[in-house]
Amino acid sequence: MKLIVIAGPPSAGKTAVVKQVIKRYSGEKRCAYLKIDVVRAFEDEELAAEFGIPTKKVYSGDVCPDHVGILVMKDAIGWAASERADIFIVESAGLCLRCSPFTTQSLGIVVLSAISGVNTPLKMSAMLALSDIAVVTRTDLVSQAEKEVFREKIREVNEGLDIIETNAVQGTGLRYLFRAIDEQAEISDPEKIVLKGAPPLGVCTICVGKKEIGWQNHFGVIRKLEGADFLFRGD
Amino acid sequence: MIHIKKYHTNNQYMHPRTIEEITILPGKNRSGNIENFSSITIRPGDTISIVGPTGSGKSALVNDIEIFAHGDTVTGRTILVNGEQAPEDFVRDPAKKPVALITQNTKCLADMAVEDFLEMHVRSRKMTDERIVEKTIALANEFTGEKIRPGVRMTSLSGGQTRSLMVADAIIISNAPIILLDEVENAGIFKEKVIECLRTHQKALIFVTHDPVVSLLSAKRIVMKNGAVECILEPGDEEKEALAEIIRMDQTFCRMRELIRAGEIIRSVNPV
Ligand SMILES: Nc1nc2c(ncn2[C@@H]2O[C@H](COP(=O)(O)OP(=O)(O)OP(=O)(O)O)[C@@H](O)[C@H]2O)c(=O)[nH]1
Ligand SMILES: Nc1ncnc2c1ncn2[C@@H]1O[C@H](COP(=O)(O)OP(=O)(O)OP(=O)(O)O)[C@@H](O)[C@H]1O
Ligand SMILES: [Mg+2]
Ligand SMILES: [Mg+2]
Ligand SMILES: [Zn+2]
Ligand SMILES: [Zn+2]
Repeated sequence: MKLIVIAGPPSAGKTAVVKQVIKRYSGEKRCAYLKIDVVRAFEDEELAAEFGIPTKKVYSGDVCPDHVGILVMKDAIGWAASERADIFIVESAGLCLRCSPFTTQSLGIVVLSAISGVNTPLKMSAMLALSDIAVVTRTDLVSQAEKEVFREKIREVNEGLDIIETNAVQGTGLRYLFRAIDEQAEISDPEKIVLKGAPPLGVCTICVGKKEIGWQNHFGVIRKLEGADFLFRGD
Repeated sequence: MIHIKKYHTNNQYMHPRTIEEITILPGKNRSGNIENFSSITIRPGDTISIVGPTGSGKSALVNDIEIFAHGDTVTGRTILVNGEQAPEDFVRDPAKKPVALITQNTKCLADMAVEDFLEMHVRSRKMTDERIVEKTIALANEFTGEKIRPGVRMTSLSGGQTRSLMVADAIIISNAPIILLDEVENAGIFKEKVIECLRTHQKALIFVTHDPVVSLLSAKRIVMKNGAVECILEPGDEEKEALAEIIRMDQTFCRMRELIRAGEIIRSVNPV
């Protein structure tokens, strides 16, 4: 099973990109999808209805969705595997621009909207720095000049980043994303998946730098895939 | 359909200016039938219009050209550069990309002065010509009746001014050899002037259009239907008289428009 983690600001076009990926591999590979959002998300129902794939969602409430993503990731990989998925797509709401949900053994895709202003890349440096690919959406709506400047700003944050420009609704230009997914290695050992970067200072064991996935490896406020409550796991 | 290669270009060293021709190879229409042409070739200096009813696939065709489709779009078309598959940086690196697409949806969002906006583009391309911004604005002003001042904000330009500026930007700053315009005809833009200018700059110009003047001014006309190329017309002299007449009519329209804008009462369509 391949793991794809997609993050980016609200309404950047993450789900639009996910839909193109599912469409591209339909009939060929089985996709499973998990959405991690703060209070409300509808993608699980939409994608299940549109493509008939297994989907799930998790609400993070008061906690940074990227943190919750890490807590539930191990359970979620188990779930996707039990659904016999070939490609497991995790979409994180990525509201907290300090963090980055990207892990080892996965393809990290950051989605940015070209109409969000040319300085947006500079504000999302944590996410950009640790991603493998940046997908810039809504390039159908902006001038060539702004597209180019947007690229430059992304490069300022992460010079070697692979940048893909697309109209995500039409799926134009995504052939290079699909190539990266084709080339992405399968998860080799879920026990060894860790966060790529240390999150900023905070209050939980993830915040203090413990990178292992799975609530079993953390203390304090934790979260399981099943059940909507946060639990306290003391030590 | 196999296209005969003229030469073997080493993709890595191919530069936008070395584009000899672009070849469109057929895909399928909405019902899955192969399109009715063997290949369409576009060379610098060509003017081509794409016409057809709403939903017939005009935008899909220019989008195929813009990304150098190789059987990976809804239409299944393949677009070759100099007889070969386009090198990856033609599609991905804006500085090497030989096509500029301007659509009705294309907007400038940045709230900055025209000269700063162009300056920003010039900087991102690491160009050094100091007068390039000035030249771009001057060219845009040839395309539009309402003059653009360098200090005015992008967001306060009219639709026609914005389109004119983008076309001038594509010609001078992007320096793209192929320019695709998807329904940008607009009351504020001098179409003949744009076409003439692009011809003299040796650019290939492809219009998606509903405008009779633009259609007849183009040497070649691609007619779309049901997602596919239905036929390709090269009317030559056959449409010469009709063209002269439609240009006269268009001039009448322009004149009237100016008079109406100036607040005059229009008593006759052809005032003496
Ligand atoms: N024109 C255009 N619209 C786009 C593009 N990408 C996304 N959209 C539209 O933008 C809206 C939001 O896109 P989503 O894919 O839902 O965004 P998201 O990042 O998943 O949003 P959240 O998960 O709610 O944070 C939808 O209506 C999309 O159809 C694009 O490239 N061009
Ligand atoms: N050969 C094809 N096969 C399948 N779908 C197609 C094909 N060509 C076009 N389409 C799809 O049909 C829809 C309408 O096409 P398109 O937008 O290109 O039409 P258009 O001629 O530009 O219309 P308008 O005049 O309204 O702009 C699009 O969603 C496009 O992706
Ligand atoms: Mg979404
Ligand atoms: Mg169209
Ligand atoms: Zn966070
Ligand atoms: Zn934390």
